[in-house]
Amino acid sequence: MTNVQLTLSDVQFAYEDWSVRFDFKLDAACFLAVIGPSGAGKSTLLNLIAGFERPCGGHIFANGDEITDLPPAARPVTMLFQENNLFHHLDLHTNVALGVSPALKLTEEDQKRVADAIARVGLASKDHRLPGELSGGERQRAAVARALVRDKPLLLLDEPFAALGPALRADMLNLVSDIHHETGVTIVMVTHHPDDARRAAGHTAFVAGGKVVELDRTDLLFVRDDVPGLRAYLRA
Amino acid sequence: MAAIGIVISAAFAALVLTAASIESPVDTLSDAYLWRVVRFTLWQAGLSTLLSVGLAIPVTRALARRRFTGRRFLLGLFALPLALPALVVVLGVVEVWGLTGWFNGLAAMLGADLRLNVYGLMGILLAHVFFNLPLATRLLLVHFDRVPGETWRLASQLGMPPRAIWRFIEWPVLKAALPGAASLIFMLCVTSFTVVLTLGGGPGATTIEVAIYQALRFDFDPVRAVTLALIQLALCGVLVVAAGRMVGEVQAVPSIGKRVVRPDLEGRAGRLGDGLAITLATLFVMLPLLAIVAAAGRSELGRLVGEAAVWNAVVTSTLVAISAAMLSLLLTGGLLAAVRALCWSRSNESWFEQAVQASGSLILVMPPIVLGAGWFVLLRSYADIFTMAPAVVIVINALMALPFVLRVLGPAAKQADLDHARLCASLGLAGWNRLRLIDWPVLRRPLALALAFAMALSIGDLGVIALFGSEDFTTLPFLLYQRFGTYRIDDAAGLALILTVYCFGLIALADRVRGVRERSGK
Repeated sequence: MTNVQLTLSDVQFAYEDWSVRFDFKLDAACFLAVIGPSGAGKSTLLNLIAGFERPCGGHIFANGDEITDLPPAARPVTMLFQENNLFHHLDLHTNVALGVSPALKLTEEDQKRVADAIARVGLASKDHRLPGELSGGERQRAAVARALVRDKPLLLLDEPFAALGPALRADMLNLVSDIHHETGVTIVMVTHHPDDARRAAGHTAFVAGGKVVELDRTDLLFVRDDVPGLRAYLRA
Repeated sequence: MAAIGIVISAAFAALVLTAASIESPVDTLSDAYLWRVVRFTLWQAGLSTLLSVGLAIPVTRALARRRFTGRRFLLGLFALPLALPALVVVLGVVEVWGLTGWFNGLAAMLGADLRLNVYGLMGILLAHVFFNLPLATRLLLVHFDRVPGETWRLASQLGMPPRAIWRFIEWPVLKAALPGAASLIFMLCVTSFTVVLTLGGGPGATTIEVAIYQALRFDFDPVRAVTLALIQLALCGVLVVAAGRMVGEVQAVPSIGKRVVRPDLEGRAGRLGDGLAITLATLFVMLPLLAIVAAAGRSELGRLVGEAAVWNAVVTSTLVAISAAMLSLLLTGGLLAAVRALCWSRSNESWFEQAVQASGSLILVMPPIVLGAGWFVLLRSYADIFTMAPAVVIVINALMALPFVLRVLGPAAKQADLDHARLCASLGLAGWNRLRLIDWPVLRRPLALALAFAMALSIGDLGVIALFGSEDFTTLPFLLYQRFGTYRIDDAAGLALILTVYCFGLIALADRVRGVRERSGK
């Protein structure tokens, strides 16, 4: 798998009286956690990278290629949402298979990849269940399996484990972390829990007021007291 | 509740007794005419449903995909046909599609001699599609709007082409929504009276309800009327049960609240198709409405308003409507009080819903015409039907309005009960004092709304009055039907305008009352 170096160069986005401006680089094979208060622009950052929002200025590069104007499907990106990652009327297997081909035209080899991915996230026995018959954690595992078969070098996680209990959240975090080490996929994860960042992410960005205030190695960032607003956010 | 029971079971008993007294029921049942009528009823309803729902699919899809100025207005427009008195709609359809109507005129101008005949199956279908295409569109659109935003983002991330979107997102939504919409529309078409009476009615285009009317008013053949009424009753019963089964549950899924851009908006073919679907549907709904206004403009409104017959009809309609609406409210009040007394303990709260639903569907199973036919047969032997007519019409109109009144008042009353029941109990507030101090202030606005709906329904009704109306007892729709039947179309159009303004005025008035409450609530 090729490793992406993600660059946001003066990327701007405005919505009514609210605006953001991002300008940072991300090394290849990095696991970046994004923390910060509500409304700081964390989700907007992911939506801009994934192509769900169009910036009104600036450029986005992945692996040196400009992707600013590409449609979501053409970007080397998979994004997991907090909810509704699956089609509710399709079984787990079909949902994962859609990651290979949106018309469900799968070769035998593709089928094997789908089965392997489902096994990798520990759902092998639940192949033909509908999303409604799975638990919340299992649904997110299925979404991770689809990200695996899509095999995109950049994985964006928009608080995908926020709705899960503490134990399940830790399990999921370990799964994602293991996959990060196995495949070298670059991960950007928005989270409300600083502990998630400490546990899994090599780097952490503190976002506030629509921009990245600081981006540093996680272990260093959390002990710094020269970052405006960070201490207040962590205390809260 | 007892009163409703008596009215309905008396009519039912009359039907059954008369049926039992028929000497040779086999003869009646094997009557070829009878089965032709039943066949046509189902045939026209099936075709109407197929056309309405089938055409609604591309329209819904286009409306779900596109956002444009005027979209809200269009959806408002689509709510209009069902609110219009059926006779007014028929008039509009004739003005547009009739022999001397706009469509044939345009065709002739372009050199095509189509001579589209609006009387018969064609006209019935046109009118039913006019009613139900907008209804189906609105019903289906609700389901499309429930697709979570993440789904569209997922689709664009996976790079789904329009065909895959249709297969994995749109079709499953439709598949879940179609049975409910289709069965409701089929039901409406099976019980459609006014449209078939005015546009059909010939030997080849008569439905069961119209046949009942003809049997009673023209052929004086109560036996045939009773047989038909029982068939209609059985048919409606089966349909209501079947429809109840077909309406699937809708799961509410939490999702990002924002509107999300769909990935399938580019592409010229899609744009063209959507534009075409929206334009044609808009024209189809808009033209008859415009035609009514145009025709009304032609009519001599001044002369009509001065006519004694018109004034009489307006006064009669108003009196009947007020009485029916008040009676309907009284019945509902009794029903709600009975339910409240029955389920004073929380444990059987679902009783409430069940009772409300049951009385609602009772009226569906027992259409007004059937109810009217029962009373017609019952009273025939004891009294002069036409002196009893006002009372019967009022009672049946009140019953017709019952499901609507219940739907407005039921939830409000339940909420009021949930809010205040324990407080009232602890303060010892009960009976008249509770009604005066607690219930009346809370329920005043819903009551006004329910009253207006019930009145509008009664004022627009042609079904029962067609059975019981006479020279001495003429309501606005009855007068309109007479003018229409004697091809005084301009008069009819003028009356239609008066009728429409009257109905909408009532509803608008009630809406204002509701609006005031919402504003003062903030």
